[in-house]
Amino acid sequence: MCLAIPGKIVNIDVQNVWTRNGLVDFGGVTRDVNLTCVPEAAPGDYVLVHVGMAISCIDAEEAQQVFAYLREIGELADLELGEETTQ
Amino acid sequence: MKYMDEYRDPEAVKQLADAIHNTVKRPWTLMEICGGQTHAIVRFGLDELLPKHITLLHGPGCPVCVTPVEKIDRAIAISRMPGVIFCSFGDMLRVPGTTGDLLQARAQGADVRVVYSPTDAVRIAQDNPDSQVVFFAVGFETTAPANAMAVITAFRQEVPNFSMLVSHVLVPPAMEAILSSPQCRVQGFLAAGHVCSIMGTSEYLPIAQRYRIPVVVTGFEPIDLLHGIYLCVKQLEEGRFEVENAYVRAVKDDGNVPAQQLVADVFEVTTRTWRGVGDIPFSGLHLRPEFRQFDAEVRFDVADTVAKEDAECRSGLVLQGLLNPTDCPAFGKRCTPEHPLGATMVSSEGACAAYYRYRRYAREVR
Ligand code: SF4
Repeated sequence: MCLAIPGKIVNIDVQNVWTRNGLVDFGGVTRDVNLTCVPEAAPGDYVLVHVGMAISCIDAEEAQQVFAYLREIGELADLELGEETTQ
Repeated sequence: MKYMDEYRDPEAVKQLADAIHNTVKRPWTLMEICGGQTHAIVRFGLDELLPKHITLLHGPGCPVCVTPVEKIDRAIAISRMPGVIFCSFGDMLRVPGTTGDLLQARAQGADVRVVYSPTDAVRIAQDNPDSQVVFFAVGFETTAPANAMAVITAFRQEVPNFSMLVSHVLVPPAMEAILSSPQCRVQGFLAAGHVCSIMGTSEYLPIAQRYRIPVVVTGFEPIDLLHGIYLCVKQLEEGRFEVENAYVRAVKDDGNVPAQQLVADVFEVTTRTWRGVGDIPFSGLHLRPEFRQFDAEVRFDVADTVAKEDAECRSGLVLQGLLNPTDCPAFGKRCTPEHPLGATMVSSEGACAAYYRYRRYAREVR
């Protein structure tokens, strides 16, 4: 029920002073999404959308963090493996 | 899709599973709060990648499952009233009330419609000025901003024929209720990522401190979940009990402030009954007095009949992590997704339905 899908903002259309809507692309399917709660988001940004409402921006830098970490432990494992074979 | 596919990469999944195996020395019991996480864990078989002595308990985080029977009964009663268009998210339609469900009401002539977003219901109200349009507002913190936005829209655009049947629930009080139970076995929590996208992480600090329990904010893809489990067992092995964030791309420490504001403008905290669990103080939201005109329970006279749960259903224990779905005598026999006895067998995020759906049942009866 708390499912939220990442999509890319195509355009933003401010219809009135209290809401902000825009078109969001979900892998080729576009949908009108309420963007009121992500005032910092601009076209091209990725947002998480839940029942027609963007609940957060996706931080592109932070999104890489877990992979950087995995590379690190991968290299560490390679290193240990290398040491074992040279011994 | 970007930000989904890469978090399912089998190589990375294996690496994280290995990291967990290398970290764990002792048996630990973790609980994932959110039904969406339960669904993903069972669907991707992530629990089977873990060391044998790591137990995952499935938490109460399925709004469909915890909506009390009396609310379902009221929903059905309102939907049957003449001139009413009753709108709901799709998975509420098959949740059993005391007698029947919304789907049966529809088959018998009630105008029950499935909507994707709560504001769709406001639009239906504008398009049908001679009908009363009622939206069934269930959900956790994640859904509250969208439901609040629907109320604000109806208020600003003066839509008098729109109202809401509200059954909103909040996560932290439920976690405390679980931890205060003498039978509690939970040693670490995976907190619900999208709830934290809205609320941030600070609500969990006092829980982690008071109960000396790690709380790790976790996303929904296999890598997110394994990363959360890894950080959680690492804390347990090292004797730490902190709030950590394994879902940084979508969760900021202070959450989404405009969304929090929107929710606070429209709703206020109340005691809520959780299906199968009972009353939990300060665990729900209802409309603020200035928006009571949109409260369906004020607008319609829904005299309560006595709400009754199926005598055989153990979903209350399942929701608290005290019973595994497959240990319920009715599981897969008298209770199936086609003929659910309890709400946890309805929604694909209910633990009973997740177990039934993803092969486990077949394997266990083999
Ligand atoms: S299997 Fe069915 S009867 Fe048993 S606890 Fe789950 S929902 Fe209730």
